[in-house]
Amino acid sequence: MSQKYDAIIIGGGHNGLICAAYLAKAGRKVLVLEKRHVLGGAAVSEEVYPGFTFSVASYVVSLFRPHIIRELQLADHGYEVIPMDCSFLPLPSGDSLARWADPQRSRREIARFSKKDSEVYPEFSRVMTHMGKLAKGVIDHPAPDINSYRPSELANLLRLGKIFKGLGPDLLHLNTKLVTMSALDFLDQWFESDVLKAPMSVSGIIGTFQGVRSPGTAYVLLHHYMGQLDGAFRSWGFSKGGTGGISMACARAAMSYGAEIRTEAPVQQVIIKNGKATGVVLENGDELYANTVVSNLDPNRTYLKMIGAENLDPDVLKEIKRFKLRGSSGKVNLALDSVPEFSCRPGDGDHVRGDIAIAPSIDYLEKAFDQAKYGEFSTRPYINAVIPTLTDPTLAPPGKHILSCFVQYAPYNIKEGAENWPKYREAFGDTVVDTLAEYIPGLREKILYRQVLTPWDIEQTMGLTEGNIFHGELSLEQLLFQRPMADFSKYKTSVEKLWMCGSGTHPGGGIMGASGELCAKTMLTSKAV
Amino acid sequence: MPIQTPFFPRTSALCHSMKWKEWAGYYAVSSYETVHSPEYFAFRNSAGLLDVTPLFKYRVTGRDAAAFLSRIMVRNISKLEIGRVSYCCWCNDNGKMIDDGTVMRRSEEEFFVTSADPCYSWFSRFRRGYEVELEEISEQIAGLALQGPTSRDILKQVCDADLDGLKFFSTTKAKAEGFEIHVSRTGYTGDLGYEIWVENQYALKLWDAIMNAGKNYDLRPAGLDALDVTRVEAGLILKDVDYYNALHALIDNRTSSPYEVSLGWTVNLNREPFNGQAALQAEKEQGSKWAIVGLDIDWPQLEFLYNQCGLPPEIGSHAWRSSIPIYTGKDKRNQVGYATSGTWSPILKKNIALATVEKMYDRIGSELQIEVTVEHKRHTVSAIVSKSQFFNPERKTSNPNSKKS
Repeated sequence: MSQKYDAIIIGGGHNGLICAAYLAKAGRKVLVLEKRHVLGGAAVSEEVYPGFTFSVASYVVSLFRPHIIRELQLADHGYEVIPMDCSFLPLPSGDSLARWADPQRSRREIARFSKKDSEVYPEFSRVMTHMGKLAKGVIDHPAPDINSYRPSELANLLRLGKIFKGLGPDLLHLNTKLVTMSALDFLDQWFESDVLKAPMSVSGIIGTFQGVRSPGTAYVLLHHYMGQLDGAFRSWGFSKGGTGGISMACARAAMSYGAEIRTEAPVQQVIIKNGKATGVVLENGDELYANTVVSNLDPNRTYLKMIGAENLDPDVLKEIKRFKLRGSSGKVNLALDSVPEFSCRPGDGDHVRGDIAIAPSIDYLEKAFDQAKYGEFSTRPYINAVIPTLTDPTLAPPGKHILSCFVQYAPYNIKEGAENWPKYREAFGDTVVDTLAEYIPGLREKILYRQVLTPWDIEQTMGLTEGNIFHGELSLEQLLFQRPMADFSKYKTSVEKLWMCGSGTHPGGGIMGASGELCAKTMLTSKAV
Repeated sequence: MPIQTPFFPRTSALCHSMKWKEWAGYYAVSSYETVHSPEYFAFRNSAGLLDVTPLFKYRVTGRDAAAFLSRIMVRNISKLEIGRVSYCCWCNDNGKMIDDGTVMRRSEEEFFVTSADPCYSWFSRFRRGYEVELEEISEQIAGLALQGPTSRDILKQVCDADLDGLKFFSTTKAKAEGFEIHVSRTGYTGDLGYEIWVENQYALKLWDAIMNAGKNYDLRPAGLDALDVTRVEAGLILKDVDYYNALHALIDNRTSSPYEVSLGWTVNLNREPFNGQAALQAEKEQGSKWAIVGLDIDWPQLEFLYNQCGLPPEIGSHAWRSSIPIYTGKDKRNQVGYATSGTWSPILKKNIALATVEKMYDRIGSELQIEVTVEHKRHTVSAIVSKSQFFNPERKTSNPNSKKS
């Protein structure tokens, strides 16, 4: 039995592929195993309906680390992200708010609802930009270990301490507010208009099972202000060819460095001998061996399926069961015969080329959450919609369009039990179309095809436990040195030679690539591979 | 005061930003909106439409047209096949560059030449002895650059040219609705793209036809600000920015040979006499003094300098064109060149520049230092010498249904 690979990576999501690329670039022999026929995991593009390429699950990019693009030459492998110029909020009253990259244009729009808010808006951006610097210092490094006295760990803590100290007292206090307050309370300290606060507050709840009034949600607002730091002048963008385009660029980079990638190769379990991972068993019974195994799966699947409860220490088992996944969102992708037009602001102008929020008021959002708390999907959900075909016309036949809708709340655990989701799938889809049709008259007649993904479907197809888009909620107690759990936060697991590189590790969430990168770099610097 | 191109009624109606600049005596749009990045991304991901009428345009006809142009250009135009385009430059007797442009062979005896500076007088000087007619048609012919990945699909709907078959740096005559155009697969963005030439009287019809066809392909009118970013990414040099016209340079130090601006590949030395031949031959043998290189400016170092001031990196979204010193070391004792233009590349996520450096420092991968000003203070950061063609997508030169050309 020869040791064939230096590392086998389970799961060909963008983080797994990035991890593979870094390891292969360092000269390691790497194999990536993906269970599906396409690469990308949740960052995947698929032609679900003839001629239409959907970003099936994740649909926009914000935080992808620019140094990864440089270090892996991703631009040469087809990585292209087109920034969004506008955030559009249609209102039931027939009015609407568009926030633009052009600050003066935004000021005039906001001033229609609140003159005061329109002037405070840039001040808010200024402060958040400072806070974003802090966040950047955190997400571009492995989480510090607060229990260790090793010099490297102390240095890491000291580095963070310096960043915090550099903020000065005002911003430091603000930081405390950010990590403890609700998104709404935090915004209330700045703004008065509901019309502005509602679409801003949703950044705090995307992918979490929380409401905009739930404490701790303010922190996630920060994510919207980090992208600006890297020369990308707008935070959110479309990936050329859908979000699968990013995964494919990562895959091509990995292959260019010599990594081997196999699709339709589902892994049954990690082979563990004497407490050490030595390889994997595929579902077809094949056994593959490696010096190290890296799981790109979420913590739940990694520990409970790949390792198996029987191989876990009771304490670790207890901890992993406590880890919150709680999927709260679904996805509805529509293939349309023509461009959708909003009655409040008709036309296919620049206002609909960015993200479109159905979040008309705070109460609307909170009511949507109320239903979810009791195991129902929202009858009037928060929707974040995009029409990527306006920016990237290659995704659909000429003149045809895609309306891609992120829908919250769709709790994984509905009253009837998650396994009953398929029975409600079409009703959920109808709810989304009905909600949108209130703003887009004639939407139903334009629909050529509808793809509905409930959290159950997301779990079944992409293997995200409970359909959680972030591999585990981004709540404060599950971040940093506690992601996914204390003691195993540095991409290690409780099994020797088994590592984790998915969003369930620090810093996690979104198409960021940092988990994959930092896992690979940690493995290399610690000479684990 | 600048004058208007034939497209002005359309461009002025669309130019919401009122941002114009002067280009060769014409009004040219800098950017249609207050920010130019959507236009940049149109060039790179869908298509942008740029008015290039201000280029100088000449028609050269006659039995000796090819020989005449070969006498002027550093490239052997006699060998240019019908329907092909040559990018080339022309020099004075000292082998120093006057201008660069394209020469398109429309038939055995007809050529279409574009240039950045007026060149009628210079070309005329060499007419004696050739059976050739030189005609300036700058003010009779309007031009549009349609550039970007969806440009082929758009143009297919506008004219009857075989665009799937039209190769990179080829040109063809075509019929649009009711008028004739010339299409060349050329441009200044380093991407898939075309330039379309039309008589002034049909200019607006052409504009409307293209804009209409572009509706389903995310076509945007684009200005010079977006173009400037793409041309630096593509490593395309610009007269009066990256080099000077030798006829206008006040001092010899400001003149450059084709070898010194990375256009050595355009020089065909071994043939009938041409302007600058002897000087270029000598330079080829003895070596050049300067070279234009690409610089990949270290981003983490720049970020660090900004962070020390408590700032996120502040870098304009516009391409810049000013002379920035290049050194071998951080002590700034040994200046070996100067950067002439640069930009943040949104697609490569790199801070890039084009620089003129002493020849011995042009090795790819070697490290130089570039001056940066951060919060009023001057520093240097590392810059790695790289190919000046930073961005070079396959689609630029490929054709559908055929293997890589």
